[in-house]
Amino acid sequence: MADTKVLVFCEVQRGRFKKGSLEALSEAKRIVGKAGGGSVVAVAVGNGVGDIAGELKAYGPDRVIVCAPDWLEGYNGEAHGRIVAEIAKSEAPTAILVTATLDGKDLAPRVAAALGVTIATDCTAIDSDGDGRLSVVRPVYAGKAYATIKIADTPQVVSLRPNSVPVAEAEGAAAVETVEPSFGAGDLRYTVKAVNAAKTEKADLTEADRVVSGGRGLKGPEHFSILEELAETIGATVGASRAVVDAGWRPHADQIGQTGKTIAPTLYLGFGISGAIQHLAGMSTSKCIVAVNKDPEAPIFKAADYGIVGDLFEVVPALTEELKKLQADG
Amino acid sequence: MKVVVCCKRVPPTDARIKVASDGSGIDEEGVQFVLNPYDEFAVEEAVKLKEAGKAEEVIVVGVGPADTAAVLKNALAMGADRAVLVKDDAGYRDPLSIARALADAIGAEEGVGLVLCGRQSVDQQSLAVGPMLATIAGMGCVMDVVKVEVGDGTASVHREAEGRSEDIEVKLPAVLTAQRGLNEPRYAKLKEILKAKKKPFAEREFDFGEPRATIEKLSPPPERQAGKIVGDGPGAVPELVKLLRDEAKVL
Ligand SMILES: Cc1cc2nc3c(=O)[nH]c(=O)nc-3n(C[C@@H](O)[C@H](O)[C@H](O)COP(=O)(O)OP(=O)(O)OC[C@H]3O[C@@H](n4cnc5c(N)ncnc54)[C@H](O)[C@@H]3O)c2cc1C
Ligand SMILES: Cc1cc2nc3c(=O)[nH]c(=O)nc-3n(C[C@H](O)[C@H](O)[C@H](O)COP(=O)(O)OP(=O)(O)OC[C@H]3O[C@@H](n4cnc5c(N)ncnc54)[C@H](O)[C@@H]3O)c2cc1C
Repeated sequence: MADTKVLVFCEVQRGRFKKGSLEALSEAKRIVGKAGGGSVVAVAVGNGVGDIAGELKAYGPDRVIVCAPDWLEGYNGEAHGRIVAEIAKSEAPTAILVTATLDGKDLAPRVAAALGVTIATDCTAIDSDGDGRLSVVRPVYAGKAYATIKIADTPQVVSLRPNSVPVAEAEGAAAVETVEPSFGAGDLRYTVKAVNAAKTEKADLTEADRVVSGGRGLKGPEHFSILEELAETIGATVGASRAVVDAGWRPHADQIGQTGKTIAPTLYLGFGISGAIQHLAGMSTSKCIVAVNKDPEAPIFKAADYGIVGDLFEVVPALTEELKKLQADG
Repeated sequence: MKVVVCCKRVPPTDARIKVASDGSGIDEEGVQFVLNPYDEFAVEEAVKLKEAGKAEEVIVVGVGPADTAAVLKNALAMGADRAVLVKDDAGYRDPLSIARALADAIGAEEGVGLVLCGRQSVDQQSLAVGPMLATIAGMGCVMDVVKVEVGDGTASVHREAEGRSEDIEVKLPAVLTAQRGLNEPRYAKLKEILKAKKKPFAEREFDFGEPRATIEKLSPPPERQAGKIVGDGPGAVPELVKLLRDEAKVL
């Protein structure tokens, strides 16, 4: 239907749009296409986003709306939430898509509640009909079941797990429009006093296309250097099991699983991880899973596409070498 | 001030979950529900605030069927003062409906300075109820909190975000969602468990209205094709790399 209108919040980190937001934009184009018409509105928020908003045009939105008050440096859930809700109120979209990064998970419920509608979070698939109405799939009970959910409210607010749908470039005629918020910094109930950013250019764990993950089999924090070298070779981000985090070998931010991060990379390589149900809950939607464990009975092999039974201290260096060779051969 | 903690009952994380044959929900037969682990952090923090003289009363609120009472009693045994159960037998409820019911129960209390939630339930993992509740109640909300210091009319909190952590000052009343690392929840002692049985326990009703979202289908996870063991030890590495490149096409 021509009045299908999908608003996509496009998240910025370190001066770049998140890949997950481009995925959401691409999905919005598909929804509008299936509805036989309608429009996609991209929204970007924060001081300075006007400078990069033009980059969004490559993904085909019909319009790009920027709200860039100079007092809004970085992410503030309350400010971002109120701004996106104000834009949504005036645009009256039929659906709102947000990427389910940590900031996206923080933002989307605030926007939905401000609009008086419910939400489906961290969805792994979206289906839509000729009227542009969505039905979404979200893993529940730690991936032990998949729920297909239909939201009756309008707009239908959905957050989409990163790496769940492909990015597609598309033609768009978008001009960048600018709006101002109705409130100022002094109206906020919370202020960010200090931000301690991790000093890394690596993709965040939840968005990484490749993840190298280590468990208790690593035997100590110092041995993670071999995983880091492997990760460096293939441009992967390093993650860990909870046992390793609990032991203090890795920071909590690195934990993958039911009580850590949920990831869906193209390639997950797990070393010295037994594959407890709570760990699998965080990575079982990865596209290709590789496990290396010295115990042939380790449950991770049941979840893996490929496994090697062996000592990780021998396998990891050999794998790093082989991958370097592959890259040298082009 | 009073502190409210929102408590949900969930299956233990290692429970075997069977989808009911009609696809409407899970088969609850034999599932021993527990207090959501993140809500334990929230209860612990509230009780600590009371012990430190910063809170005068800790109230735990849960929405769910009658057996939610058991997890609320766990929270009482950890040191909360009284419990409120909003009875709801609907099974699936969307996060906004849960947040509205909680906001309604909290609105009935006077002098609430702080509402603590878990960052997520471990069964549905929406990470939505806390911020929705705050928005409805007109309170500020900080998610994924690992440290809280309550001051005069404000709280200083430390939160974890993606690739960064933040120091935040939030006006009270506010909703905070608890992340792991906030504290180590205590085990309730037998004496406390017995005492909890005598603590005030109230029930409330809430008119949820029409469902805002419906589960069309609940299915078991898609079957993964059985994986293959490529081989033993480092000798299997060249074959693995070949498979990743040519078969899985991920290199
Ligand atoms: C297929 C399906 C079937 C379901 N069947 C049932 C069922 O039979 N019985 C049932 O009880 N639920 C059922 N639910 C759960 C559903 O109603 C959720 O409780 C609701 O959507 C809230 O989302 P969440 O648990 O993901 O909250 P999150 O946003 O992840 O929770 C965050 C925090 O909010 C608070 N919170 C969340 N829910 C409650 C609550 N109910 N009471 C108090 N505090 C709360 C807690 O502090 C929690 O840590 C079902 C869900 C699905 C998808
Ligand atoms: C409420 C709750 C929530 C949880 N949430 C999470 C979560 O979010 N994420 C998570 O990961 N866990 C979680 N857990 C913990 C989970 O149950 C497991 O304890 C944990 O995942 C185990 O970590 P591991 O695989 O590193 O260690 P282990 O289970 O000890 O496994 C180590 C493995 O390394 C192998 N190994 C040893 N040496 C070598 C070697 N030289 N070469 C190759 N292999 C070797 C061993 O054969 C073994 O399989 C949770 C648990 C609970 C109760």
